Amino acid sequence: MSRTAHKHAKKAGKKAPAGKKAQEEKPKAAPAAHVKPVAAVSNRRSDKDRRSETAATTEPPPAPAPEAALPVEEPKSAAEVMAKKQREISVSEFFLKNRHLLGFDNARKALLTTVKEAVDNSLDACEEAGTLPEVCGELIQVAENRYRVAITDNGPGIVKAQIPKVFAKLLYGSKFHRLRMSRGQQGIGISAAGMYGQLTTGVSTKITSKIGPKKKAHYYELQIDTRKNEPHIVKDEEMNWDQHHGTRVEIELEATYQRGRQSVDEYIQACAIANPHVTFRYRLWLLPKEEKPAPVAEGQPASEISNLKSEMKAPEPEWIVFERGTKQLPFQPQEIKPHPHGIELGMLMQLLKNTTARNVRSFLHSEFSRVSDRVALEICQRAGLEPKSRPSNVAFKESENLYKAIGETKLMNPPLDCISPIGEEQILAGLKKEVQASYYDAVTRAPSVYRGNPFQIEMGLAYTNPGQPKQAAASGEGQTSEEPIRLLRFANRVPLLYQQGACSITKAVIGVDWKNYGLSQPRGQLPMGPVTLFVHMASVWVPFTSESKEAIASYDEIIREVTLGLQELGRRLSVYLSRRRRDLEAQRKRDYMQLYVPHLALGLKQILSLGDKDEQKIITKLKTMLERTHLQT
Amino acid sequence: MKKTKPADTKPEAAAAPRVISKKDAAKRIDEVAVEVHTDIIKKARKPEMRFPIRALSNVKYDPKKGYFEMIGKEATRTLTYNTVKTFAQSVRLLATTKNDLLLKDDIAGKREVYYNAKSWGECRFDEQPESDTLLDDMEAMLGVNREQLGYIPEERGGEVTGPLTVIDRDPATHEEIRINCAKLGTGAWSIPSQVEHLRFETKAKFVLAVETSSLFQRLVHHRYYETAHCIIISMSGVPTRACRRFIRRLADDQNLPVLAFTDGDPYGYGNIYRTLKVGSGQSAHINKFFCVPQAHYLGVTPQDIIDYDLEDATHPLEEVDIKRAQDALKNDPFIKHHVEWQKAIEQMLKMGVRIEQQAFAKHGLNYVLEEYLPDKLKKKTFLP
Repeated sequence: MSRTAHKHAKKAGKKAPAGKKAQEEKPKAAPAAHVKPVAAVSNRRSDKDRRSETAATTEPPPAPAPEAALPVEEPKSAAEVMAKKQREISVSEFFLKNRHLLGFDNARKALLTTVKEAVDNSLDACEEAGTLPEVCGELIQVAENRYRVAITDNGPGIVKAQIPKVFAKLLYGSKFHRLRMSRGQQGIGISAAGMYGQLTTGVSTKITSKIGPKKKAHYYELQIDTRKNEPHIVKDEEMNWDQHHGTRVEIELEATYQRGRQSVDEYIQACAIANPHVTFRYRLWLLPKEEKPAPVAEGQPASEISNLKSEMKAPEPEWIVFERGTKQLPFQPQEIKPHPHGIELGMLMQLLKNTTARNVRSFLHSEFSRVSDRVALEICQRAGLEPKSRPSNVAFKESENLYKAIGETKLMNPPLDCISPIGEEQILAGLKKEVQASYYDAVTRAPSVYRGNPFQIEMGLAYTNPGQPKQAAASGEGQTSEEPIRLLRFANRVPLLYQQGACSITKAVIGVDWKNYGLSQPRGQLPMGPVTLFVHMASVWVPFTSESKEAIASYDEIIREVTLGLQELGRRLSVYLSRRRRDLEAQRKRDYMQLYVPHLALGLKQILSLGDKDEQKIITKLKTMLERTHLQT
Repeated sequence: MKKTKPADTKPEAAAAPRVISKKDAAKRIDEVAVEVHTDIIKKARKPEMRFPIRALSNVKYDPKKGYFEMIGKEATRTLTYNTVKTFAQSVRLLATTKNDLLLKDDIAGKREVYYNAKSWGECRFDEQPESDTLLDDMEAMLGVNREQLGYIPEERGGEVTGPLTVIDRDPATHEEIRINCAKLGTGAWSIPSQVEHLRFETKAKFVLAVETSSLFQRLVHHRYYETAHCIIISMSGVPTRACRRFIRRLADDQNLPVLAFTDGDPYGYGNIYRTLKVGSGQSAHINKFFCVPQAHYLGVTPQDIIDYDLEDATHPLEEVDIKRAQDALKNDPFIKHHVEWQKAIEQMLKMGVRIEQQAFAKHGLNYVLEEYLPDKLKKKTFLP
């Protein structure tokens, strides 16, 4: 989700019917469910089922719905008794119970997910507004298992009216309804994080936002009404902020911090690699291990916004700064219309209902990409539809025919210029900035398509010569030839730290025969070696395996593209490795010869009573002589 | 037994090895070093060291001369990546030989050389065979036997007993010392590493060189040298240079025939006896001095096994024996020259057995000195 409220407003204007309808669907859908006989059979149906019914409601209601059992005298039927227990479940309530779906399965992961959602939003907002992002992240330990996460950006800010909804209403945002490459996709993340904090600590989400140098900053404290999925404003103030524009989110939550793999540190570092145009400032403010009486620093520095630091007992830590490696903002991806091959029947019906087009033919032409007027006619004919019929009148049966016809029609691939890859140069810049290595390489594949969605795979590789001093990387992984490579997965520039095994990127890496390229590889596992492998999938819609966005689903097209890219990297790596092996061999020979040449000279000197100068001359001559014949090919 | 002179063996006068002064030896080292230095500095090419190949392939057998003579094949050690260590070690060894041995008139054992080089850092020898090989190379390259360079052999040269007086001198006072080898009780006299200065007095009729010390003990115990009027020498396997040189000088000086008595196997024939008589391929460059051309082979021959009824006291030839025998037939210039030897070895291969000197004990412990040796000496069925 995004805080770019002005843009959102614009989009909302254009897309109003679709957007609003989608949101209003819920309340309508629920009563319908009440009366459906099937629904009465079980009230344990998952929300997922329920959601899918939003589509099914287009079906004419099977029976007129008696809103409530009015005649009270009659003995109640089982269905009527059960009906009392049936009531709407708000999305917020649902996610409260299923927080693992959003990446809040445990205290450690919750911390990472919160940081991640806030950072994703910041970066999306900055980039869309054309600002070079500068993101500050602070992790402040409040109690043993309690942290305050504060993320501040220099983005465009959010207009006052939108702030509560953006941060305290699930499924609210600017990104869900458009096919455009961005980090956030559905408008759940940051609100869910706030909700998690609220649930575990009771503390409100605190937002400060400023949209221009001459404006005052708005300060909000928000809670989510989980029943209604509506924001509840606890505090609403205006204040001064020395920043021109930007947003600060502060969430207090139950969490644990641990270094190493899948830590916040690793996430920030990976982010810095994939986003070389971003400057990250990061610091971790932990409580002293044993509770000693408050040490030196008490009532410390004047913080910009909140006075929370005065509570801190530990001395103020230094900022860790990941300086940007380039000032070039990524190219802003274009929004595209959906490709007909990428949609499902339910969505098609939704679009049919909501379109402003007057007939099916123009509906197809205007709502989808790559459907020309002629192709639209072809689809209509194949579906046995009158091209002039009103889209909203296309009945269930007909929409199924239409859907089938679309699938059978050959269509051009969707436009591919809607993806903004990081680019080989930027990947190299990112890797060089954060990974100390002796060899860097990058490949950006041409865009491709899965299920009607354009996507693009790109990747980078850094090889650290064994023995080369290791940078104290945040991830802290020692890399030797006996350990698996370090695989960094990214989707739309966001690092994926969990569920490596379930990800199609990992599957592709394992599927490549790395032995051909000079790395050892145990059967069915990642290759071994001092390698950092960076793989990025950019797409208007990344097919995650779950809402917590940790692994990319396995589409053949995606695996194929990743594989081809890896093979290209592999081939070049093997060239490098064999050249390196040759160089090492030459160096070994040189060292060996230089070990003995001085002895030869010394022997001659002793026999012939030569001077030191003559001895040196012999050494020099011999070295040149031997190196000429043995080290040059 | 009479002092017989076999027709094909007329050894040259007992020429002592070319004795060169320590100064001249040092000069030879200088020459090699100058050549290497010139190659490097003036000719700007990779230096080389040349030395004769020390192997059977580089010798020929001339019965007139009576020893293996080098035919001049040379190996060249050019400085390359692969040879740089050996090359450096050779040069340092030359330097040590010149500065520490020749100029200081000192001596060193092979093992001492190995340990001395431990101070050379990475240039040191890891195992003694490495330094031994380079020492032999150097000896061949300079054309001077290593004893003259100051290198003394580690092992003793064999033991002597019998009616012989050796006239030695005190190493310090140079006073004459007379050693009567018949009056050493149950022991024997050890041949020293340097034998050039020794003089001899004897009334013995021949020299009997035996392979094993156990048989030597038996002969000494029963004072066989008195019965047979011979000098008995124990070689303990392949005779050392000093042992060969001692027998040669003794035989030349006193005009005595030499008879060898070894195990009846390819090693006894091809290695012990052949080396005693004509020298080895390894030390081809010095065979001229370290050989005993007047030696003849007494036994045990394959025919003896039949003649003395010893078939059941034999052992089957092992693979290594067969290989050695075939190798001798094919490559040994000495065996190839003597049809009798070829016949003997072929006979052994055909019988497929070998025999030890002690096998005569089958007929009684002293059968060997009471029956076998007298009978052989009478029949004179020796091999050349």
